[in-house]
Amino acid sequence: MTFVKPTFRHPALTKNAVGFTKADYEGALSTLCAGCGHDSISASIVQACYELDIEPHRVAKFSGIGCSSKTPTYFLGNSHGFNTVHGRMPSVTTGANLANKDLIYLGVSGDGDSASIGLGQFCHVIRRNLNMTYIVMNNGCYGLTKGQDSATADRGSINKSGVENRFQSIDLAALALELGASFVARSFSGDKGQLIPLIKAALLHPGFAFIDVISPCVTFNNNDGSTKSYDFVRDHIDATSPLDFVPEEDEITLEYDPEKPAEVKLHDGSILNFYKLNPLWDPTDRNLSVERMNKARQEGHILTGLLYLEPSTSDLHKTLQTTAKPLNTLKEDDLCPGSQALDKINQGLR
Amino acid sequence: MKPTNTNDPEYFHKVVDCQYACPAHTPVPEYIRLIAAGKYDEAYLINWESNVFPGVLGRTCDRPCEPACRRGRVEEQPVAICRLKRVAADNKGDLSSRMPKAGKSNGKKIALIGGGPASLTVARDLAPLGYEIHLFDEWSKAGGMMRTQIPNFRLPESVLDEEVGFVTSLGIHTHFNHYVSSMKTVLDSGYDAVFVGTGAPKGRDLELPGRADAGKNIHIGVEFLANVAFGHINKIGEKVIILGGGNTAMDCCRTSRRLGGKDVKVIVRSPFSDMKASPWEIEDAQSEDIPIINNMPPKSFVVEGGKLKGMIFEKVKAVYDEKGKRSLVPTGEPDEFVEADDVIIAVGQDNAFPWIERDLGITLGKWELPAVNEVTFQSTLPKVFFGGDAALGPKNIITSVAHGHQAAISIDLFCNGKDLVKDRPAPTTNLFQQKMGIHEWSYDSQVVNDLRYKVPHQKKEITLKNLKTEVELGFDQQTAFKEAQRCLNCDVQTVFTADLCIECDACMDICPTSCITFTGNDEEDALRKKLIVPAENPTQDLYVSSELKTSRVMVKDEDVCLHCGLCAERCPTSAWDMQKFMYGVTKPAKIL
Ligand SMILES: Cc1cc2nc3c(=O)[nH]c(=O)nc-3n(C[C@H](O)[C@H](O)[C@H](O)COP(=O)(O)OP(=O)(O)OC[C@H]3O[C@@H](n4cnc5c(N)ncnc54)[C@H](O)[C@@H]3O)c2cc1C
Ligand SMILES: Cc1ncc(C[n+]2csc(CCOP(=O)(O)OP(=O)(O)O)c2C)c(N)n1
Ligand code: SF4
Ligand code: SF4
Ligand code: SF4
Ligand SMILES: [Mg+2]
Repeated sequence: MTFVKPTFRHPALTKNAVGFTKADYEGALSTLCAGCGHDSISASIVQACYELDIEPHRVAKFSGIGCSSKTPTYFLGNSHGFNTVHGRMPSVTTGANLANKDLIYLGVSGDGDSASIGLGQFCHVIRRNLNMTYIVMNNGCYGLTKGQDSATADRGSINKSGVENRFQSIDLAALALELGASFVARSFSGDKGQLIPLIKAALLHPGFAFIDVISPCVTFNNNDGSTKSYDFVRDHIDATSPLDFVPEEDEITLEYDPEKPAEVKLHDGSILNFYKLNPLWDPTDRNLSVERMNKARQEGHILTGLLYLEPSTSDLHKTLQTTAKPLNTLKEDDLCPGSQALDKINQGLR
Repeated sequence: MKPTNTNDPEYFHKVVDCQYACPAHTPVPEYIRLIAAGKYDEAYLINWESNVFPGVLGRTCDRPCEPACRRGRVEEQPVAICRLKRVAADNKGDLSSRMPKAGKSNGKKIALIGGGPASLTVARDLAPLGYEIHLFDEWSKAGGMMRTQIPNFRLPESVLDEEVGFVTSLGIHTHFNHYVSSMKTVLDSGYDAVFVGTGAPKGRDLELPGRADAGKNIHIGVEFLANVAFGHINKIGEKVIILGGGNTAMDCCRTSRRLGGKDVKVIVRSPFSDMKASPWEIEDAQSEDIPIINNMPPKSFVVEGGKLKGMIFEKVKAVYDEKGKRSLVPTGEPDEFVEADDVIIAVGQDNAFPWIERDLGITLGKWELPAVNEVTFQSTLPKVFFGGDAALGPKNIITSVAHGHQAAISIDLFCNGKDLVKDRPAPTTNLFQQKMGIHEWSYDSQVVNDLRYKVPHQKKEITLKNLKTEVELGFDQQTAFKEAQRCLNCDVQTVFTADLCIECDACMDICPTSCITFTGNDEEDALRKKLIVPAENPTQDLYVSSELKTSRVMVKDEDVCLHCGLCAERCPTSAWDMQKFMYGVTKPAKIL
């Protein structure tokens, strides 16, 4: 029997401001294992792009290798995409972004793809502050190659064959913070209420935005003793604060009735609302964020939410002072303006 | 909300919209699958068990199942349920060996008065138990209005004869050409129980000026059709007016076209949109060049020299008050004269029991409607039962059949000295797992996008020439297969086991029609608003789980579930499973 998704959708599904329904943001039917956390992240990306009224053709999605890196096939079927090689998603995205800064860049990677083979690329793309959203679907293992421990597997975590991991883990969010990333968040595939607003904020952030999403591998790393299983994550999760993303100051109603939220204005007038659980929490204070993350880690908690945000940041194009026009639209005339222009420059140097 | 009690047979039954809407609760998706599989005999028998007249109903049913069909909520048109039923009837083989036989005598004697679908159903259901059944009808054959009213171009006589024959051959003692003129005589004849299935036989008249003088050119619809059916009328004038906007009017106008009527008009007093006739009957009449003129109440007959010339009509428009109540007010335009050689009055039927003596203890209420219990169909005289149009006023065949089943149960309980309510048998239900392997279910879970197929019609030039030429040709087997594939298999239920759920959201993410939401529990109204797509169809239930680990609940809005099985397919722990639910109305005797 084949396995196809019907094309019927709920008749009450509405169109967003640019005329698309949620179905227009979906991709092919997933071939990942039933219950894989990665599928929930795909669904969150779909929802976020739909809610942000992004026209699908304005997004370019990139990935490396792994189950996580397969997911771009399962979302945004009408967007540009490049499934690159293992650990090399950041460099290919850098190239694309430099060529055409007008698209919205979304990179998807795994913990193996980013924390092992691609760790170098991961560091450099942060260092350059490339304007992109970088999502790691973090399951603490190499799902695609049958569940070997990855570099993000916690020390002491027990894998499916009962073996305990003896190595120190790499915390990609802490590393990103350390390397100066201008947007750092952590979330859980099973918490769409938090994940969707984070993705929305990340997509609109004008620099490098990193989200480490814990995403259980149901097949190889959802066993007792694993620190990346659905049950473990749910039992140890701690949120910085419930948050909600409001593009360009649209009013939206919420399920709960919070106290007045703290607002952080983004570059384009969008607002990120923080419903403070802790009145001392300020996501724009990098030192505080580092401290809080260390504390949570010592207490065995998984701190999720927006960990750090630098609202006005300078991305790679700004730093390089590239032209306002995307480089790929520059014609020969623009690039090679002729001897007159050269003479003028030479004159100026006399 | 409290967790849904799926052990209540009505919960899953309600999800099978068509079956739930069918008065006889015919297991529609089951027979549709059998048709798709080419198992016409089995498809026919499943129907026959439930509705006794699959071939008749496959052509004429009022089809309450179709407006209810879930498919109509996800695309434009429901599944052509009714016409698929006909395919089973058209393609079946000899089934006599698989039908029940008259049972060994149980010594009880029952009278059935009237030979329509209600009485015939009682006969079919009770015959296998050995009752001695006597059926009386004033006409020469059984079938009631299926024979006297429904024209042959909609229902060939051979189809009716065969299905009536399946019943009468169960050892029924038929007394045809026998008008029962006294209930007292019947009651005195030693029957253990009496069933009245005499229909609503009286056609309404219109006492307008000129009515008496116009004489034989004015006909009452039901009498006209019966006269045509028995060959007493075989021609009509060229210009014919039909008064009334129901299905009877549609049959009268189409019959007139076949009896020589060239300029046949239906004239209704109210707006077109308020017409009672089924949309497809109206469409068929219009396609036979019969105009339907609305907002013209009749005022008088115009008779000159003892001959009918036509009728005068007033012109009105419908005005609605704040409560939506309609009144027809004159537009002020002058009255209109419409020429006619014949006028057929088809403005409704009434019940009439001139043959039931009023001192027998049988209470007849308003409009001669008998006082009957709507579950047991028992009258105020315990041994007398009513069913079909005789019980609740004019309805349709399938409703009469449904009454017949319930009355049969009551009669059997009554004859065995049991309580008609307390001892009523519960429906039978069954839930079966449908998983066959990875990505493999026992049913075609894939949802096809085909739009509803049209039933081909015979050419008008041919059908208008002969009263007996059937207009609809029925689906051929290939088209039937394609139409059958449109069915969403709503009886294959999504069954959720909360204990197994790990809350990975896979089902919620995959569901094409956004039926599933995991959220905090609440009162029904609030919960309906909280779903990913708010559940705004209150006739469809919410399926709510018990509390999950994260203290949320799973809520499924049954409304537009495609029964595609993807939730179960994507569930890593089989918390979702697709299980076939069979619901059966219990009969007094096992039929199949
Ligand atoms: C013109 C017309 C078209 C219709 N078309 C459809 C249709 O397409 N689909 C549909 O579902 N329904 C249709 N109906 C309605 C349907 O025919 C009836 O609802 C149904 O037949 C009622 O069944 P019944 O068993 O209650 O009684 P009936 O079918 O009315 O049968 C009662 C029988 O009892 C006989 N009888 C009455 N009194 C006595 C007596 N005292 N002694 C002996 N015999 C007696 C009558 O002559 C009749 O034969 C139509 C009705 C009309 C008038
Ligand atoms: C250059 C190279 N080295 C090794 C591999 C084998 N390989 C494929 S996927 C993978 C790890 C994927 O892990 P992760 O990125 O965490 O993805 P997941 O499947 O867990 O989502 C490895 C090592 C490869 N495809 N290419
Ligand atoms: S192996 Fe693990 S990561 Fe890969 S699809 Fe299956 S559950 Fe997901
Ligand atoms: S789709 Fe099929 S099972 Fe569902 S209501 Fe329609 S006919 Fe019945
Ligand atoms: S069967 Fe499951 S996935 Fe398919 S429509 Fe129904 S609830 Fe959704
Ligand atoms: Mg991984």
